[in-house]
Amino acid sequence: MTRMNIPYLLGTIFTPDRDRAKLIGFFLHFANGWLFSLVYVAAFQILHKATWWLGAIIGLVQAIFVLTMTLPVLPALHPRMADEQYGPTVVRQLEPPGFLGLHYGIRTPISVLVAHTIFGIILGAFYVVK
Amino acid sequence: MRAEVSKIQDYAIIGNGRSAALISNRGSLDWLCWPRFDSASIFGAILDAKTGGYWSIRPAGAAKIRRQYIDNTNVLETTFSIGSGKMVVTDFMPVTSEEEKKRRLWPEHEIIRQIRCDEGETSIVVDFDPRLDYGGIVPKIKNAGKFGWRIDIGTNVFTLRSEVELVPSDGDGLSAKFTLKSGDVVAFSLTFSAEAPGVVPPLDKLATEKLNLTIDWWRQWAAQSNYHGPYERHVTRSALVLKLLSYAPSGAIVAAPTTSLPERIGGDLNWDYRFAWLRDASFTLHALFGLGYKDDAEAFVDWLLHATRLTRPELRVVYDVFGERPPPECELPQLRGHRGSRPVRIGNAAIEQVQLDIYGEVVEAVSHFTRKSRKLDRDMQKMLRQCAEYVCEHWYQPDNGMWEERDERRHYTHSRLMCWVALDRILDMQARGQLDGISIEKCKAERQRIREEIEMRAWNSNLGAYAQACGSHEIDASALLLAYHSFEDASSQRMRQTHERIRERLVPRLGLVYRNERSMNRHEGAFAVCSFWEADFLARGGKLSEARKVFEAALAYANDVDLFAEEIDPETGDALGNFPQGFTHLGVINAALALRDCEGGTVGFKS
Repeated sequence: MTRMNIPYLLGTIFTPDRDRAKLIGFFLHFANGWLFSLVYVAAFQILHKATWWLGAIIGLVQAIFVLTMTLPVLPALHPRMADEQYGPTVVRQLEPPGFLGLHYGIRTPISVLVAHTIFGIILGAFYVVK
Repeated sequence: MRAEVSKIQDYAIIGNGRSAALISNRGSLDWLCWPRFDSASIFGAILDAKTGGYWSIRPAGAAKIRRQYIDNTNVLETTFSIGSGKMVVTDFMPVTSEEEKKRRLWPEHEIIRQIRCDEGETSIVVDFDPRLDYGGIVPKIKNAGKFGWRIDIGTNVFTLRSEVELVPSDGDGLSAKFTLKSGDVVAFSLTFSAEAPGVVPPLDKLATEKLNLTIDWWRQWAAQSNYHGPYERHVTRSALVLKLLSYAPSGAIVAAPTTSLPERIGGDLNWDYRFAWLRDASFTLHALFGLGYKDDAEAFVDWLLHATRLTRPELRVVYDVFGERPPPECELPQLRGHRGSRPVRIGNAAIEQVQLDIYGEVVEAVSHFTRKSRKLDRDMQKMLRQCAEYVCEHWYQPDNGMWEERDERRHYTHSRLMCWVALDRILDMQARGQLDGISIEKCKAERQRIREEIEMRAWNSNLGAYAQACGSHEIDASALLLAYHSFEDASSQRMRQTHERIRERLVPRLGLVYRNERSMNRHEGAFAVCSFWEADFLARGGKLSEARKVFEAALAYANDVDLFAEEIDPETGDALGNFPQGFTHLGVINAALALRDCEGGTVGFKS
């Protein structure tokens, strides 16, 4: 579907070693999932309800935020990512995501939307507001 | 689009232990499959100059061409001399140590083509015209600005970067025309990414640094060889070819990096060799251990054990690089074949065949391993027990034989020989205390029955030779392997007579040997590895001077960078079949080892 391999992207912030990057990135991505679920939980608590469709909406909003706000600033944050304006350098060789992450494959935006929506649906369906 | 067609021997190979590319002596990259040997091609002009796709770098006029590998490496240098100008194209796939890869991002796959002007001024023409999926897809090449030119296909991306301006050409590709002056250097880099965001390397100094790292890596690998003997240059090149044919992530060694290069120009004997054949196993281990490449030998044995695990006790004739079943054989109608040799096939139907010789190959390979390396672990012992049991039960059955004849199954002498080898080596390992749990009496009895069968039924007294099959009247060069595998002394009366018949019937001229009479009738070329079997046979029989003559005559058929295809056209000396062929290069190494050892008196017949 997409080359937007999040563990690899996160891991290469810390190391250029492909295998180690994937390992580090996997744990970071896993931890991120837990952290973000707290944001979802906060939203459910504020709204006093948790349903699958509400989770889906929050997931969708997060996906749109990632695609339009996070990905464009990634080259500025990632120490090994090349910049659109200056091209690759010896240190910064990683391909930047481009508009809506389209450099990582034409299905990247769809993949991001679907993945976050499913994440929201699961949280919304199983979380019980007390 | 271009019309020029190169011959098979016009090519040289570069690679990185995962895939390989063939580059012609005109500077055209005409074969590349990414990400692995058996993936679909992105450049396939070797199979169809019009629609296969190519990437050419050449001077803008007729030039004198000379090429070579940088000493003890797989880095190719092609020198074009035109008037007072001289330019050198250096082609390589970057390789380096794992430590170096941890220091900096490396693309998943990359080819670098660096152009250096050494003298005067040279006008250069570059044409980049890829065709994906074996010429079936004309890709859209998008300008990605500072990130070069991109081809997005599914989740995969190819990125071409260069230090000169590329523009869309009249066709569907890109082109560039520019002039270099003495001392100028420019580079092109083509990368491929499939699993993660691409790594897009800068060129300039980094390309030169990668070149130096690649040269160092190959030289360090080549220096692991402990071979110091006759024909060292050819032995080293053959070892480097074998290393290029090995798939580093698994240890598998593919037979050749190409498909459907014809065994007869204009004919239909076109097969896909981008898989690993068990038939080559014992030759491979003998060569790797013989040269001192212990790590590579161990990686190959590990692959062997892994690949065969799911099918034991039955073994498949051929596996893919991860030990899976190769895809079914099919034809590619969009490609017209090398010099019109249709059809182009991918996949290989040999997977459906029965070849009993492979049991001997595998057991012999493990036997080399235990002689030179570690002890037998439980898994190896289990495999050997299964092989012993299987061979005892099935050795008398007909099969398709080592040459994979597709017409009918026969009682091939070579298959019998290898069944004998399987039991003989298993009994040896048992006697050395490395293996238990086999039925010794049964193995000994069956080994003796196989010997009697070969001596009585494969020996044809009218012919005065060991025949191709039991009861057959045909000669086959594989009979020379009776001596190689120590079934019979090379200087015995029968083996000398067999060699004489082979000389009479299968040798069109010194240094060339047809594999058998059937292949002659099919107008195939002489089978290159058989020439080296003959040299090996003569060396084992004590005829060292004759062995050297045969060996040198055969070496003369290598191309300008010492590469061999599967076959040689006896009329023209042209290379035929898939290229470069691992089996032939194994023959070069093993014959050289035999010559060295026989001259040193360390090879003898084990009675």
